[in-house]
Amino acid sequence: MIKLLPRYILSFILLVFLQVFILNNIQFSGYINPYIYVLFILVLPFETPKWFLLFIAFVLGLTVDLFSNTPGMHSSATVFMAFLRPYVLKVISPRDGYESETLPQLKHYGSAWFIRYSAILIFAHHLFLFYIEVFRLSEFFATLARVILSSLFTIILVLISQYFYRRDIKR
Amino acid sequence: MRSLLNFLVRIHFLLLFILIEVFSISLLVNRNSFHKARFVNFTRQVAGNVFVKSNNLKQYLSLTEENQRLAEENNRLLNIIESTYKSDEIFFRSVNDTIFNQRYQYTSAKIINNSINKKHNFITLNKGSEQGLRPEMAVVSEGSIVGVIKGVSNNYSTVISLLNLDLKISSKIKKNGYFGPLMWEGQGYQSAILNEIPLNADIQVGDTIITSGFSSIYPEGILIGFISDFTEKGGSFYEIKVNLSTDFKSLDNVNVIGNLLQTEKLNIEKQAEQND
Repeated sequence: MIKLLPRYILSFILLVFLQVFILNNIQFSGYINPYIYVLFILVLPFETPKWFLLFIAFVLGLTVDLFSNTPGMHSSATVFMAFLRPYVLKVISPRDGYESETLPQLKHYGSAWFIRYSAILIFAHHLFLFYIEVFRLSEFFATLARVILSSLFTIILVLISQYFYRRDIKR
Repeated sequence: MRSLLNFLVRIHFLLLFILIEVFSISLLVNRNSFHKARFVNFTRQVAGNVFVKSNNLKQYLSLTEENQRLAEENNRLLNIIESTYKSDEIFFRSVNDTIFNQRYQYTSAKIINNSINKKHNFITLNKGSEQGLRPEMAVVSEGSIVGVIKGVSNNYSTVISLLNLDLKISSKIKKNGYFGPLMWEGQGYQSAILNEIPLNADIQVGDTIITSGFSSIYPEGILIGFISDFTEKGGSFYEIKVNLSTDFKSLDNVNVIGNLLQTEKLNIEKQAEQND
């Protein structure tokens, strides 16, 4: 468990950097914006204490907020997602539960499981984020379209990232 | 007592979630006090430093266009110098203005971070309180409107872009002086909406919209854009769609305008309100 710590710290910095300096500057067709930084919450170990999950989600969201001048927006959405994570894990757990020494990643539980897991949480995060950004219901369907399209982009990026660190740890 | 404690331990996850969520949303709602908080000043400084680095890279990639723009600007300035020397009258008048009657002070700054794809867009500038920038100063680019300074740290400042749902600008139609608030509706970076223009105003597509000068932030007559479309709304007012003249996607250098008489104007307006 403790040997994973440097890796997580590194991936925290890397993901925030990627989000703030590259993805925040990219707009597909105007205003669709993927938010890859949620990957950090997705791949935390199963045994992470629940309170720590909320705390680290808040820190992650606030860091992104500080760089994009949106106090509380990303942090509230990320905390919401971290809150859902234990329940989602419980609902979609494989028949014989989660093995110890594994992480919620594609290489351990297969692509079908991982896509389901990440899609639910990413959609929840984006839904919360985009509606709190607009803060009104008058553009309900336009916002919903942005939520769905941005979620799709984020899910694709998250999947690609899984193939990246497939190789680096040999078990 | 014990069962209460047990109960609290059991639902600690939910409680903690609600606590953090309430805190986050209160940050969001009190956006203004957030910008004044001291730790935000610190992070603005840090973020500013990082943005400078990434901006240096970006700038290098657009050197050609920047050179061309500089050349054009040089041409324009040379023309102005020539015309000032030709006419003594203008020369004298400008001296008078600076001594007795200067209301607005201009300084230039560079954009080091900018966004157009959110609902609340902000711009970061490479100058701050040490270079004389203060909150509530206006930001323009080549004579057309960009935004208002929101917070400053020692060497950097944050600007609320016109592309921000929180910003309203008092503006008027140049040819007949009807005024109303202009705000961005979150639809694309090229247009905004001007409200509260009465139906008896004579307007046409293509009319110029400028700042009204009522707000003590902007001088009168700064270009905002041109009318591209208008509809009746609510029976007595027009809702006017304005094509913004600033291209927010290619902003690089801006001018910051300080109003030297701003506090005086605000004070006298406050006094008048109190006397009422």
